[in-house]
Amino acid sequence: MNITKNTASDRLSFWEKLYLPEIAKGMALTFKTMFEPKFTRSYPEEKMTPSPSFRGRPVLVVEETGGRCVACGLCSRVCPALAIEVRPGPIDAEKERMPKVFEINMLRCIFCGFCEEVCPEEAIVMSKDYELVFTSPEDAILPKDKLTVPIAQLQDRLEWLRQYR
Amino acid sequence: MNDILWIVIETLIKAIVIINLLLVSAAISVYLERKISAWMQNRIGPNRVGPFGLLQPFADVFKLFMKEDIIPNGANKFFHGLAPIITLGIAISVYAVIPFADPINLGGRVIQMGIAPQADIGILLVLALTSVGVFGIALAGWSSNNKYSLLGGIRSTAQMISYELSMGLAILAVIVVAGSFSLSNIVADQYSHWSGFRWNIFIQPLGFIIFFITGLAETNRAPFDLPEAEQELVSGYNTEYSGMRFGMFFLAEYANMATSSAIITLLFLGGWTLPFNPELIGLSIGSWQLGVFQFLIFVVKIYILICTMIWIRWTLPRFRYDQLMNLGWKVLLPLALINFLITGLVVLFIK
Repeated sequence: MNITKNTASDRLSFWEKLYLPEIAKGMALTFKTMFEPKFTRSYPEEKMTPSPSFRGRPVLVVEETGGRCVACGLCSRVCPALAIEVRPGPIDAEKERMPKVFEINMLRCIFCGFCEEVCPEEAIVMSKDYELVFTSPEDAILPKDKLTVPIAQLQDRLEWLRQYR
Repeated sequence: MNDILWIVIETLIKAIVIINLLLVSAAISVYLERKISAWMQNRIGPNRVGPFGLLQPFADVFKLFMKEDIIPNGANKFFHGLAPIITLGIAISVYAVIPFADPINLGGRVIQMGIAPQADIGILLVLALTSVGVFGIALAGWSSNNKYSLLGGIRSTAQMISYELSMGLAILAVIVVAGSFSLSNIVADQYSHWSGFRWNIFIQPLGFIIFFITGLAETNRAPFDLPEAEQELVSGYNTEYSGMRFGMFFLAEYANMATSSAIITLLFLGGWTLPFNPELIGLSIGSWQLGVFQFLIFVVKIYILICTMIWIRWTLPRFRYDQLMNLGWKVLLPLALINFLITGLVVLFIK
């Protein structure tokens, strides 16, 4: 059955039915938009600086005196994607252990941040690094020397963790 | 005999120049389209290939050349191959009768600016050729053996039939005013009254609007791009085309845009004339400098119209099919008839 009452054409005024003024209004809007500032970021030249709450590549904190990690294996235990492998080894310092092997498979990591949450030593934190490109699956497994980052670069993340964790 | 040879050579040179200009102009239109659409959506647009992304259309065409050319198993191979050729061929051949400037004198010879601009039935030939252009789209839709393509092709034919009538009537009103079917005479008539400013847009504003709308519909541009409506028909008549065959449809769309802008310019915007005597700035009638100057004016006017078409495309949503038919038959056709009737009466009483 055809609808004959209160159709779209009944509700429109004469000028709206004429289309042309409305089209002119729309075109004025798009013309104005042409000169507004753009939202695009020219990526390789202009990089995003994430806020401290950003969860990028997980890294190991290194203080002046050495790594914080005591190889307790909690991160590896909690990791839902089984991305972390920790094998402890003994050392001479007052901390008794340090990881002999610490690997994160970046193809498995889902950036959930559980490792950071569970770590009793604040030794593994999520960094701001989001440029993760690998040319082979072997390259994507990051060994310990590629994971360590000096504590100075991670201050704002540690600060954020202290406040909100 | 020598004369005929000379005419053939001259025509060949003109044809090559015009086809190349048309293809370059299609590339420029593609670039403009991408840039303007980007700006209207608060984006930057292509800026990687060459300075300001100017080489982007060439990169696009290169990509299309490199792509595999797929012909579907169930397709009619002959017509599937023929359809893009018809579309592009018709789009280019319309330029046979379009004049670009006044004839120039070069070494004692009068050279027409255009292949056959002095043709007495120029505008009729243009109308005839643009209606043949729909065959390419309809054949492409049918021969692809795909429901979406077929729907696109059928929509295109229905749209062309509905809008060609109003288009013809709008043109007819202009012809009645000018008293000639020749495009050069129509331009000359606009220049010769009101000290060069009696452009038909001022005495035929309704005709201009009708012709502009139908021109958009004829070139299948948004808001009349129902034959290739992405959201409804995947990609309409060119769903099954890939590689350079798709590229030909793509080029034809932009060539058609340039054609319809050129015809609007000739019929309503005074063609290549500006409302003052070119001898005021030191260009004598018949000199090649004047020819180049007029050609540039013509191109600028065409590009203003092309930009307007792009602007409209990125402003308006697509018509629904019933709205399209309502607009064509219930609004534009009566308006065009009334416009033609009033024009005829006024011309009759003035003369």
